[in-house]
Amino acid sequence: MDLLTTARSPWGESVFIHISWSLFWASLVGGLLFLLAHGGYMLFSQHHKQTSGEVDRMERERAGLPAHITRHGFVARAFHWVMAFSMLALLFTAFLPIIGVRFAWVQWHWMAGVLLTASVLFHIFHATFVLDFWSIWVGPKDIPEFKAEMMRDLGQEVPGAPLPGKYPLGNRLYHLAVMVAGLVVIGSGIMMMYRVRTGLVERNPYVMADPAWGLTYVAHGLMGVGFVGLVIAHIYFALRPEKLWITKAMIFGTISRRDYLTHHDPNRWSAQGSRKSNVA
Amino acid sequence: MPAFELFQPASVADTLGVLNRHGADAWVLAGGNDTFDWLKDRIKKPKVVVDLSNVNELRGIKDAGGGLEIGSTTTLTTIAHDPMVKERFPLLADAALLVASPQIRNVSTLGGNVSQDARCWYYRAGWPCYRAGGNICYADTPTSINREHAIFNADRCVAVNPSDTAPALMALDAQFVIKNGDKERVVSAEEFFIGPGVNITRLNMLQPGDLLTAIRIPNTWAGKGHYCEKVRDRQVWDFALVNIAASMNVSGTTINDARMVVNGVAATPYRLNAVEAFLKGKPRDKATADAAAEMAVEGAVTLRHNGYKVPLMKALVKRAIRGDAEWTS
Repeated sequence: MDLLTTARSPWGESVFIHISWSLFWASLVGGLLFLLAHGGYMLFSQHHKQTSGEVDRMERERAGLPAHITRHGFVARAFHWVMAFSMLALLFTAFLPIIGVRFAWVQWHWMAGVLLTASVLFHIFHATFVLDFWSIWVGPKDIPEFKAEMMRDLGQEVPGAPLPGKYPLGNRLYHLAVMVAGLVVIGSGIMMMYRVRTGLVERNPYVMADPAWGLTYVAHGLMGVGFVGLVIAHIYFALRPEKLWITKAMIFGTISRRDYLTHHDPNRWSAQGSRKSNVA
Repeated sequence: MPAFELFQPASVADTLGVLNRHGADAWVLAGGNDTFDWLKDRIKKPKVVVDLSNVNELRGIKDAGGGLEIGSTTTLTTIAHDPMVKERFPLLADAALLVASPQIRNVSTLGGNVSQDARCWYYRAGWPCYRAGGNICYADTPTSINREHAIFNADRCVAVNPSDTAPALMALDAQFVIKNGDKERVVSAEEFFIGPGVNITRLNMLQPGDLLTAIRIPNTWAGKGHYCEKVRDRQVWDFALVNIAASMNVSGTTINDARMVVNGVAATPYRLNAVEAFLKGKPRDKATADAAAEMAVEGAVTLRHNGYKVPLMKALVKRAIRGDAEWTS
């Protein structure tokens, strides 16, 4: 089975055309298998966060914390849901025809792509100039947190191990994957708009050579099917009982004081009133 | 030609069995005028060819409760000269006579004529265009030769439907009978033909395992006025640049109702819904025809070399409305 489809161009070159759609099924099945495997594991594992005693102590230390702490402002939430809507529209318009639901999908697809692009451009601006830009990134400094998270997932107590700042490690790794895949589909998608009639760019299929076009379609396809698995994982984690407090925060904007102290390091994510008082 | 396994079933049931057994590997052969181009050019290389020439059930024209039922492998010559067709649906008889040459019409079938593939030469040359499963339309570039291509509803691919009988069947509100295994479905002509937005690799809804067995024409437009004209580069053995088929119910000088379909301008026969609505109750005169012609070409998007199709289509719409009559105003 060829994972990438090639063809011979009129000039005799062997060029990529697109990915094999079997990769879509692989991503779909892979995402569902991950869901089953993780769900099964979580049924039997002893996932540890802070003990309630530790959290009680922290609540006493930080008596100035309000009952609800803002995690996502309105603008950030609006961006998230606009992006989610456009992403689901992109996935459905791209893959429903593959599974046999036939309709004129191209115009809906590129319009959803334009919406995604606009929302991502806004997000880059907003995250750079309004939010704490570095709070979502991962790097070598997060290795101890990664180790602690693994140990907790394996049922070990990890006293004194680092807790995340505003975003849990899983959030940050997911953001990294979505950012890479998203920028590739957006970049390749913008180029592909030169091959369809959109009214936004003048159609010109010769703006790139055939081999470059082939790579563009392959990159768009690979990241597109990758998003199938990523979105399945995202929706799954958003619906998991132990993660619902994060999901609710993306709807209502706030988390409870106790969730804040249970899941976050107040020194890495400083909420209003989170400074320690002298109450022991 | 590339080697293939040949099946020559003698019944519809056997044909459906073979088609289901071989699925997408099977190629249905009727008159062969489209098929042999593909095979001899070695562009299409099916593993299995299912020849319908021995399936007598698929041939013939019969009066079937409220209309005519025409077997899908009935030849165009038979249709063009059949007394029932000529009496009730001369539009279809005229359209069949406009296809290619007498020799070709002797072997061409109605099912084959409506199911034939696009004639875009970039596609027929075997280049990896959208319609061939690739990612480009070679006919829609700044340097393409696209004189014959679409001015309506292009979606990446700009190939047009080449059939002469398809617009006539659509203008007569025909129904297409499709069998697959033990299932049968009947679809309208408008459902049968599909554009590139829906499926860029096919001009019709037939899927692997499907067999178009018959075309039914209701009596709705039997004996009503009609008009059929095909404009082509030469008067025999050529595909239409633009053709038109119209059925009209006219009382005196008033148009009560009309169905008007143009082909050669889109990937499906292009029904002029707005024109049809406009014509209802209008006098059959020059002013009506002029207004209808302008309405017909609204939304046309021309390519580098096919701009002439717009005035050509307008002229055909005017002529279809005028018919053989002299203007009354």
